[in-house]
Amino acid sequence: MSATEQALATADSVPLSLRGPAPKRVVAGYGFWLFLLSDIVIFAALFAAYAVLSGESASGPTAADLFDKKHVLIETACLLASSVTCGFGSLAVLSGDRNSTYFWMSITFILGAAFLSLEVSEFSHMLSIGAGPSRSAFLSAFFTLVGTHGLHVTMGLCWLIVMLLQVATLGFQPMVSRRFFCFGLFWHALDIVWIGVFTIVYLGAHL
Amino acid sequence: MSVEIQAQGAAPGVHVHTQDTRRSYLIGLGYAVVLTLASFWASSTDLVYAPGVPILLGVLAIAQMGIHLVFFLHISSAPDQTNNILALAFGIFVVGLLVFGSMIIMANLNHNMMPMDRLMQLQMQR
Amino acid sequence: MFGRLSWAAIPFDQPVVMIASGTVGFVIFCVLALVTVKGWWPCIWREWITSVDHKRIGVMYIFLALLMLVRGFSDAMLMRSQLALAAGQAQGYLPPEHYDQIFSAHGTIMIFFVAMPFVIGLMNFVLPLQLGVRDVAFPVLNSVSFWLSAAGVLLVNVSLVVGEFARTGWLAYPPLSEVAYSPGVGVDYYLWSLQISGLGTLLSGINLLTTILKLRAPGMGYRRMPIFCWTALASNLLIVASFPILTATFAMLLLDRYCGFHFFTNELGGNPMMYINLIWCWGHPEVYILILPAFGVFSEVVATFSGKPLFGRRSMVMATMVICVLSFLVWLHHFFTMGAGADVNAFFGIATMIIAVPTGVKIFNWLFTLYGGRIRFTVPVYWTIGFMVTFVIGGMTGVLMAIPPADFVLHNSLFLIAHFHNVAIGGVVFGVMAGISYWFPKAFGFTLNERLGKVVFWCWFFGFYLAFMPLYVLGLMGATRRMQHYSNMHWQPLMLVALVGALLILFGIALTVVQFAVSIRRRELNRDVTGDPWNGRTLEWSTPSPPPAWNFSLPPQVDRPDAFWAMKQQQGTVQDRNVKQTYETIQVPRNNPTGFYIAFFAVLLGFSLIWRIWWGAGLGLLGVIVVCLMQAWRTDGEIEVPAEKVAAFERLHGLKEGAV
Repeated sequence: MSATEQALATADSVPLSLRGPAPKRVVAGYGFWLFLLSDIVIFAALFAAYAVLSGESASGPTAADLFDKKHVLIETACLLASSVTCGFGSLAVLSGDRNSTYFWMSITFILGAAFLSLEVSEFSHMLSIGAGPSRSAFLSAFFTLVGTHGLHVTMGLCWLIVMLLQVATLGFQPMVSRRFFCFGLFWHALDIVWIGVFTIVYLGAHL
Repeated sequence: MSVEIQAQGAAPGVHVHTQDTRRSYLIGLGYAVVLTLASFWASSTDLVYAPGVPILLGVLAIAQMGIHLVFFLHISSAPDQTNNILALAFGIFVVGLLVFGSMIIMANLNHNMMPMDRLMQLQMQR
Repeated sequence: MFGRLSWAAIPFDQPVVMIASGTVGFVIFCVLALVTVKGWWPCIWREWITSVDHKRIGVMYIFLALLMLVRGFSDAMLMRSQLALAAGQAQGYLPPEHYDQIFSAHGTIMIFFVAMPFVIGLMNFVLPLQLGVRDVAFPVLNSVSFWLSAAGVLLVNVSLVVGEFARTGWLAYPPLSEVAYSPGVGVDYYLWSLQISGLGTLLSGINLLTTILKLRAPGMGYRRMPIFCWTALASNLLIVASFPILTATFAMLLLDRYCGFHFFTNELGGNPMMYINLIWCWGHPEVYILILPAFGVFSEVVATFSGKPLFGRRSMVMATMVICVLSFLVWLHHFFTMGAGADVNAFFGIATMIIAVPTGVKIFNWLFTLYGGRIRFTVPVYWTIGFMVTFVIGGMTGVLMAIPPADFVLHNSLFLIAHFHNVAIGGVVFGVMAGISYWFPKAFGFTLNERLGKVVFWCWFFGFYLAFMPLYVLGLMGATRRMQHYSNMHWQPLMLVALVGALLILFGIALTVVQFAVSIRRRELNRDVTGDPWNGRTLEWSTPSPPPAWNFSLPPQVDRPDAFWAMKQQQGTVQDRNVKQTYETIQVPRNNPTGFYIAFFAVLLGFSLIWRIWWGAGLGLLGVIVVCLMQAWRTDGEIEVPAEKVAAFERLHGLKEGAV
């Protein structure tokens, strides 16, 4: 950075928008934030479909018949806890603490995997009693909405493994740190989507 | 460890001080747990006027999303967060439009295009 | 072993298809053979295929779009000639099952593989140069986006030879597009090629939006940003917000088709109207994604060639952002007739009329910019004036149809077809053509032949009016869209006029090829040595033509809009500038084959899914993952250009930049 650019970058009187190109960390974070918003629009379309089709159970099993609130409460607890442990893990990454990173991120992984296994068990139960996605429009919408969220969680867990491998092989380079930061954004966003899911799909069913 | 405000603002989630951030996660967790339990309670209680329960659930859900945004994603009204807030606002606009717009339109269509036999059923019920 | 794929997929019994594919295949073979014999592969691989330079990628997008314009236009010629013939007892030469594929392919290709790549290509090339920065936010992702679009192009074109294309129109409404009524692979080709290229577009939107918001030259606040950058901002915002809706909706249709779900089926609770509702939630913003950058081009052209700053800069920016927001509030006007009540129709009808107001503001601003200016009637200005006349007519017919009772008569008639071609050709095509002639010298270092450019314009202009004005009349006479044959003989003369118009446009397209060939041959006569052939106002004209890989040797310091114009006023002659410059080492992104490899495996994945070849799909997916992992571990992403090399380049070409 030239002297002028450095001066510009740190002078408090110069508004942010005039300081020239942002550093990579900011650029990567913002780009990923935009990607997350686009992902949330996908979920919005799936929510819209669910809202419209939730009553169309074609004389088959309805939401009230199928959903168990205790099961969902445990799933929610797992995901919420994993969000907090992910936060602690991000702090470990920022301070370059390898062991702390492995510790907190492993707990995040375990909690995420617990969430997934609970969800898979719910899906397989529903499939076994004939309440699969091809039974009715309501079930198609349910499996797609909740399943897409579960798919995102799965991809997040795979990404987490890759990130831990990157730390192990490359250390805490800026590139790795940036990616962990994006992972954190992703993981918290999934929990935000889950709030919508459990409220509208599971709690909404029992009204 | 502190991070100077950089050109073009900070991305969401940028931490300023480790201790403050740790506390922020724990406070956020506390609020989130309370709101989650409140939602579960609200969906099966008799203490709230029944037609108002969906609205209560909506409010609790939105509140909890806000908690996540503020305490986990560190969205704030600081000048380096302006771009993030604007993007979020646009996202919320589109999501709201998509979900509520679709619900209104589809309800309108479903009502107007009701098959004749269901229309007769509806009329006979009056 | 090969799913549903067998030799029966190739339509040996359809001569038209076999001749067309045979010709195209032969041409491709000749080109590949020529490249191999001349030994050009290493150069093409290094300079173009694996390039992550936004300028190269922008040029490749436009090249792709021009190729697909030829493909989409041949479909148009087939349709026009069929309709000119098939009146009364005559049946024409294209049977309905074939004609249906042609109009579906025409629409799909023109929107997704001509208009979108044109617009994205222009934005890609121009934005970093106008913003005064070195490249877009994510150069490797940029390459991935381009190659994913190319993958979509490949899949759509393969459907011509292997299998069939969709017969459902360019939006594939259910229940026709469901498995029960379209059991073949046509709709699958449509869906997978658009999912793949749609992902590319979304990533491109994120990339360009991040670039505009986070990467600008020092001092370039939002109010000092060129208008093209504002329209690009609005357009990319729309891409990021609306393309996910398309992805989700197509995913739901794919689940219906592949896994027996019931989102949009006729039975077990499905609701086909939900598809139509969602797809137009995407579809309306899509057309604004296409037109806003064209508006941006016109703003730049009008200001440059009148020698005046753009009139009403602030209102222009406001109008752009208002259009951006309003474009999300009108989507139901695409299905007024499909069951909504009068109250809902009224809301959307009024909203649609309101959205015409900011567009009107823009038109007046352009007119007032031209007024009182010293106008140079170059080719871009021809396209601009042609646009202003043509687009206004198209916009007005749109507002006419915004009135629900009128739309009940005109929905899905040829009047509608005439309207959207009016705005698409008059707006998007004319805008892209203006942009290409305007920025061509910056990209290649020489200007295009002016005289041929003007002839091309007149061909398009008169060709368009001859081809589409009759369609307005036909629509009012009751003619519907997508018809392979009609019984009313009174319609035939108008269809013939339309055919003549299409032939004139065809001549214009052929002349464009000639124009490029002539311009390339005579390039030394038309060299752009100063980098500023038009006496431009914005920063891209301060670089040499073509710019070096790093765009700007020194970051430009901006303190007002039309930054380059201000620099020229202040600094007088060329020799005054850059007397004593200290250059620094510049980091330039290294070439990267990731984009190409991901697209390769995406084609494998898409093709396998279409034909239900499950092991092929698995292989494709695995390939994508492996390529991504390889990229994740790549640590040598950048090359350093030493300061001496930068200085040497500047001594040779430069003396054009704003000094520090």
